[in-house]
Amino acid sequence: MSLVVRDLRVVFNTRSGPVWAVDGVDLEVAPGSVLGLVGESGSGKSVTLRAIARLLHGHAKVSGAVSWQGEDVLAMPPDRLRRLRGAEIGIVFQEPMAALNPVLSIGQQIDESLVAHTVLDTKSRRARALELLDLVGISAGATRLGQYPHEFSGGMRQRAMIAIALASAPKLLLADEPTTALDVTIQDQILRLLLRLKDELGMALVLVTHDLGVVAQTCERVSVMYAGRVCETGKVSEVFAHPRHAYTQALLRAMPGEQIGAKLVPIPGQAPRLDAPSPGCAFQPRCTAREPICATQRPSFTELATRRFACHAGARL
Amino acid sequence: MRAWLPLGTGLLILTAFLVMAVIPESIAPYDPLGFDFAALLAEPSAEHIFGTDQFGRDILSRTIAASRIDLQIALFAMLGPLLIGSVIGLLVGWFGGWADALFGRLADIVVTFPFLVLVIAIVAVLGPGLINMYIAVSCVGWVVYARLMRGEVRIQAQADYVAAARVLGYSTARILLRHVLPNAVRPVLVYAVTDMALAILTGSSLGYLGLGAQPPTAEWGVLIADGRNFFTTAPWISLAPGVAIVLAGLGFSLTGDGLQALLDVKR
Repeated sequence: MSLVVRDLRVVFNTRSGPVWAVDGVDLEVAPGSVLGLVGESGSGKSVTLRAIARLLHGHAKVSGAVSWQGEDVLAMPPDRLRRLRGAEIGIVFQEPMAALNPVLSIGQQIDESLVAHTVLDTKSRRARALELLDLVGISAGATRLGQYPHEFSGGMRQRAMIAIALASAPKLLLADEPTTALDVTIQDQILRLLLRLKDELGMALVLVTHDLGVVAQTCERVSVMYAGRVCETGKVSEVFAHPRHAYTQALLRAMPGEQIGAKLVPIPGQAPRLDAPSPGCAFQPRCTAREPICATQRPSFTELATRRFACHAGARL
Repeated sequence: MRAWLPLGTGLLILTAFLVMAVIPESIAPYDPLGFDFAALLAEPSAEHIFGTDQFGRDILSRTIAASRIDLQIALFAMLGPLLIGSVIGLLVGWFGGWADALFGRLADIVVTFPFLVLVIAIVAVLGPGLINMYIAVSCVGWVVYARLMRGEVRIQAQADYVAAARVLGYSTARILLRHVLPNAVRPVLVYAVTDMALAILTGSSLGYLGLGAQPPTAEWGVLIADGRNFFTTAPWISLAPGVAIVLAGLGFSLTGDGLQALLDVKR
């Protein structure tokens, strides 16, 4: 395992009181593998990712353990953290337009990353930048290097973003909904690109998404998040075939399947408020498999071979 | 386009003043310092369009000659506050914390005083003269720039590309100068153009009061002050420099407004 997250908690202290955005998350990713992190909006996926890279601002209190190749990321001194970021961990953001600096050309932004993380001279940096553009499937690289983010299409921006992140050859790539802002054909291309790069460069990849189809298509393992907690983790094939958490099951039922005319079952209600956690299971108010115990006692994790789930009804699902 | 009319008019006026400032001797009909004892306090006429003063000096020529010093005032009385304010705003906006809190209180104190009153008070302490006026304007004017810059930096600091720069392991100095500053500076620069109108007014007000440019330097405020004693008999002495101040101020304001609309800067 290259990345191990244990009992990660993020509390935002807001004016109206604390918000438990991430509440005890456990994750692990091995080199060369892909972990999918799925959940609804507000389930804490992105916050988890940003907490791992220590990108959250001062008003967020982060606790727990994030271990990168045996090193404690949360306790890293600023110097070490700077070398870790970029050199070892890269992030691809959801909105490529927002994540690219609008006043610098794509070439300048790739070059900047190369200056910071390699010892190449100007000429080799340019050659490397062209290589990177080629690697992420941007043709006519020489022209593209001189262009600005607004001259790129959405898909091209995301490719450029990936090229910048890859400039330093990171060992772990955190992708925060990298395809949500893109249309379906481009989405497919970008996902294939990420998978190919993962294999070629031997990176570990964490893919945050709310799209179960994307998970099925790309990931080996999946962690399903709800209300700041991981409710189920396991191999994608097993989790999708036999969900052991009522929420996972409900999510899968709400997803269009291959059968034409099959009815979708929506999940009733709304995602819970994170500023007043209930003593029981967070999903319990919306759950159709609810038992009396769910309202009073938070389910603990059950380990079953390669699976982990926290659901009182897990055994009978 | 809404932006082009004010921008074009403003730039036209400013270009005219710039030409006057660069080659006054080719435009002015007379030597601004040349005495003509045949035409003392002459009314505006075909020879002297804006009349002459008590020494027979041509008012129009003196006003044109003064545009150099007044444009300099507009530039330097803007640059000082711009530079100081931008640096402070960038730092407190990024780092926040106690420095930001301290800045907030200090800014509150400075803006409590009317701008001109505070500038005059500082110049009165330092002594009259252009350099001291620049110092005084910088001491007071930086607050507006710092506030603008701070607000913009705080917005940009939340942007994903800044998070991306952090996660790429760039140094804080690099993130600030190369990523945050270029994206935060636009409203500040637009304000700076509008601010030059205020700088002209401040400069000529202080010149009029004898605290800015010193006679015999031809400066619009000084020229207006020259006409004070003859206001009932020869009001035209103060007229041309007054018109020049209004026009230059208008030029900077229009240009600033045009740029604001063109670059879609919200204030």
